[in-house]
Amino acid sequence: MTTSLNTAALALGDDALVLSHRLGEWAGHAPVLEEEVALANIALDLLGQARVLLSLVGDEDELAFLREERAFRNTQLVEQPNGDFAHTIARQLYFSTYQRLLYGRLATADPRPGDEGREALRGLAAKAVKEVAYHQDHAEQWTLRLGDGTPESHDRMRTACDALWRFTGELFQPVEGVDVDWRELEADWLTSVSAVLDRATLPLPEGPRTTAWSAGAGRQGVHTESFGRMLAEMQHLHRSHPGASW
Amino acid sequence: MTTSDWPLWEVFVRSRRGLSHTHAGSLHAPDAEMALRNARDLYTRRNEGVSLWVVPATAITASSPDEKDPFFEPSADKPYRHPTFYEIPEGVQHL
Amino acid sequence: MTAVTADSQEAYAAVFDAAVAADERIEPRDWMPEAYRATLVRQIAQHAHSEIIGMQPEANWITRAPSLRRKAILMAKVQDEAGHGLYLYSAAETLGVSRDELLDKLHSGRQKYSSIFNYPTLTWADVGAIGWLVDGAAITNQVPLCRCSYGPYARAMIRVCKEESFHQRQGYEALLALSRGTPAQHAMAQDAVDRWWWPSLMMFGPPDDESAHSAQSMAWKIKRHSNDELRQRFVDICVPQAESLGLTLPDPDLRWNEERGHYDFGVIDWTEFREVLKGNGPCNEQRITQRRRAHEEGAWVREAAAAYAAKQSDRNKGDESGKTGEATA
Repeated sequence: MTTSLNTAALALGDDALVLSHRLGEWAGHAPVLEEEVALANIALDLLGQARVLLSLVGDEDELAFLREERAFRNTQLVEQPNGDFAHTIARQLYFSTYQRLLYGRLATADPRPGDEGREALRGLAAKAVKEVAYHQDHAEQWTLRLGDGTPESHDRMRTACDALWRFTGELFQPVEGVDVDWRELEADWLTSVSAVLDRATLPLPEGPRTTAWSAGAGRQGVHTESFGRMLAEMQHLHRSHPGASW
Repeated sequence: MTTSDWPLWEVFVRSRRGLSHTHAGSLHAPDAEMALRNARDLYTRRNEGVSLWVVPATAITASSPDEKDPFFEPSADKPYRHPTFYEIPEGVQHL
Repeated sequence: MTAVTADSQEAYAAVFDAAVAADERIEPRDWMPEAYRATLVRQIAQHAHSEIIGMQPEANWITRAPSLRRKAILMAKVQDEAGHGLYLYSAAETLGVSRDELLDKLHSGRQKYSSIFNYPTLTWADVGAIGWLVDGAAITNQVPLCRCSYGPYARAMIRVCKEESFHQRQGYEALLALSRGTPAQHAMAQDAVDRWWWPSLMMFGPPDDESAHSAQSMAWKIKRHSNDELRQRFVDICVPQAESLGLTLPDPDLRWNEERGHYDFGVIDWTEFREVLKGNGPCNEQRITQRRRAHEEGAWVREAAAAYAAKQSDRNKGDESGKTGEATA
């Protein structure tokens, strides 16, 4: 495994791991029982992806439970707290669209038989792209219903889309080892998201898509405050019993 | 408005190619699109199906128990519809 | 529908009784005694409520699961419980009640769920103990329900039982890992078993001579075995399993009775059972509050989807009327 593929697997794996964790927080709190099942399905798909990706880099549990916050390479978008259902759906829309476009490209990349790491990534993408297509569909269906539902749901969805907009720029920061045209990816993402928002009678959010801080963002290990608490909860038990197996 | 505005849908699953769709159960969904998706999550999360139908429960017309006799009894007295009705000498094959 | 005369009522009852006696299944549109219907609604609803309230104690550990493998298993299990709730609500709905009605009754305390879920999950080992003991007790209760006289309930239970067997095994495996792990892990497992053992025995309900609904349910073949019979079966299964786990069941009176061919066990604290049932368990308030809050906070979402569906349906009607633009009044 080359360093650049480590970087790629870690970035994509952390995205999946962290978003899966956030979706797992919904268990027992979903707005309707059918949605308990749907959100858990998505969370389980993502967790499965995370385990494959992290295992390309090292021991999945060491990586998930023993790294410090600054060593995580996920984007800030996926670590954002669930908020209300509209925030969760907006986060899903932004992220699953990105993931579908990205994995679609990785899955159809030219094979390079000698390059094992790259082939592993391609194999994962080929399986994951089907899963994330479903995640995107789920997000799209709900965006339409919340955006074009009641005045209250419209307002909530609009607020959520606006609030998370500032985290969407980071998705297109090139990741070492991920060999795609990032500009084109971003353009496609914008087209796709705009079309869904338009059908949902929601305006495309305005304002910056990144923060002004030069320290960077999630891909540089710079996270938002709530992420530390999320990790504290996630890692506490594992860290309390060093060396134990479960 | 409450979930009662989410109608009941009956779900039919084709478990594999070559078999017909079989009734699996029901669920609530606001519309057909969501009903299909909910059905996928609920009734096929262990690879139980390759195809799904969802039907609004209200669209199903059922034979009523009062009509049970006229509906089903006539066929009960036509044993000649069933292969076991016919006696074939032992040893005759491919029948 | 034509009025049912006294005569035809008797004739229907005879058909129903004969079907039950012949071990045939009763189906939704068959005539059935009102009391049979009411008993089923009560029991299936309570069962469905138990599944969805039962998500809470385990979901409590999803975010803290100690390995990614355990986390995936636990998420899938809690998801299954939501699924089981849905299968069961759908079975109840064939009896002419709506899920909303049943949820309202749960939220307002007019219908119950299994008292076992009014106990807290204090450590990770509790997740294992729930899988092994609580799901184990549930399976012992539920396997005979696969042959229940009411068709939709029996079919739902077949599906549920198939899926539950994974629940019990994962719990046992999780406990085994702890029991064979570090001394701290072993102690955690023993502590969990100590806390969950007696409440699990209570899951089979009051002793036979005090059970209010048992006799009639047995006659109707909704229920196939008595509470005490099932409880004994469960104890007999658990004792050797506990030995393999290397854990002790917290009952000094537990010993093999050669004459009976069963394990004798100590006296259950029925005062605790009745108190928890009345609402004085450690988590009664918390469980129902969380359920109610999820439902209330989800109202705007459900309304939005219904409103969208109504708009779409209007738009489609508009399309069908020859795309003439606005519908005429």
